[in-house]
Amino acid sequence: MIQAPDLPLWAAIVVGVFVLLGASITLIGALGLLRLNSFYDRVHAPTLGPTLGTACILVASITCFSVLQSRPVVHEILIAIFVTVTTPVTLMLLARAALYRDRRAGVADVPKD
Amino acid sequence: MRRLLPYPMLSLALFGMWVLLTGFSPGHVVVGALVGVFGGLVMRRLSPEQPRIRFGWAMVKLTALVVADIVRSNIAVGRIILFGRSDRRSGFIQLPITLHSPYALAALVIILTATPGTLWLQHDARSNTILIHVLDLVDEDQWIELIKTRYETLLKEIFE
Amino acid sequence: MSTLVLALTITLAQVILGLAMACAAFRVLRGPRAQDRVLGVDALYLAGMLLLLTYGIQTGRTLFFEAALVIALLGFAGTVALAKFLMRGEVIE
Repeated sequence: MIQAPDLPLWAAIVVGVFVLLGASITLIGALGLLRLNSFYDRVHAPTLGPTLGTACILVASITCFSVLQSRPVVHEILIAIFVTVTTPVTLMLLARAALYRDRRAGVADVPKD
Repeated sequence: MRRLLPYPMLSLALFGMWVLLTGFSPGHVVVGALVGVFGGLVMRRLSPEQPRIRFGWAMVKLTALVVADIVRSNIAVGRIILFGRSDRRSGFIQLPITLHSPYALAALVIILTATPGTLWLQHDARSNTILIHVLDLVDEDQWIELIKTRYETLLKEIFE
Repeated sequence: MSTLVLALTITLAQVILGLAMACAAFRVLRGPRAQDRVLGVDALYLAGMLLLLTYGIQTGRTLFFEAALVIALLGFAGTVALAKFLMRGEVIE
């Protein structure tokens, strides 16, 4: 299914560049999940997607819908705020759970309580 | 006014969210206002500590700093992932901290974790230290100095 | 002309996001430990949410935005519950 909204040239360029940029940044973050070696290194990798990746795609989405409906459409900001606030919570909880499990298992290179 | 809106910031945020989600029409503005007031009243029952937030230049400066840091560290971490160096060392840092307000600490959690490359693990309220994990640990003291001068003073100005 | 280029660009972005989801799914299947799998789920739902947003741009309908918001909400709740489970062995204490 190849289709696209009918946008003026400047908006098409902005939307295209930002969508591609956001998707690439998210892919780099996901590649980090594969390439990095230890769990604590891998936790850093998915933060690329929610921060800059999401921001780029939301900029593209805001531009697209604002031009299409010829009024400012900014409800995408809700997703930005929500993702920014929730990602640290999940990653922190996950890292703490891993730390707790490693301490229980007696892994050597984690800091003691 | 105080009794109706015990948490004005929360009510305003709820109202803004409602209007953004439903589209701007007079009926939804009224419903959104009711939701905002009701949310504030529910929150009073839970009675969390009242935050003291100072709006001002410090907030603008912190936002600009955080956005710039997110972009910068995204590029840095992306480079590590794509062309990983063999001499890269990651590790944990114990960081002494002087912030006490839970809101300031929550803001610091979000800032540190949202910038790729640093991850918050835990906060010890007794010894006032936080434990963070850093992906590219070159110099431990340099990181401590960076976080202290970059974020801590601004957060103190806003929240304490 | 510009519409065709834009359409191809958006499709390319969707393929890239699909690859990102595949990487995350590989981590979910491979492990090696439970926390790695949960981390994979976290990356997976975020990439899925971004994919829905690009569908929204492609079709010009705001319906996909609501779906993305729901995925973000449920993914957050799910990952928090899983992390809690790893920590204590129970979700509700």
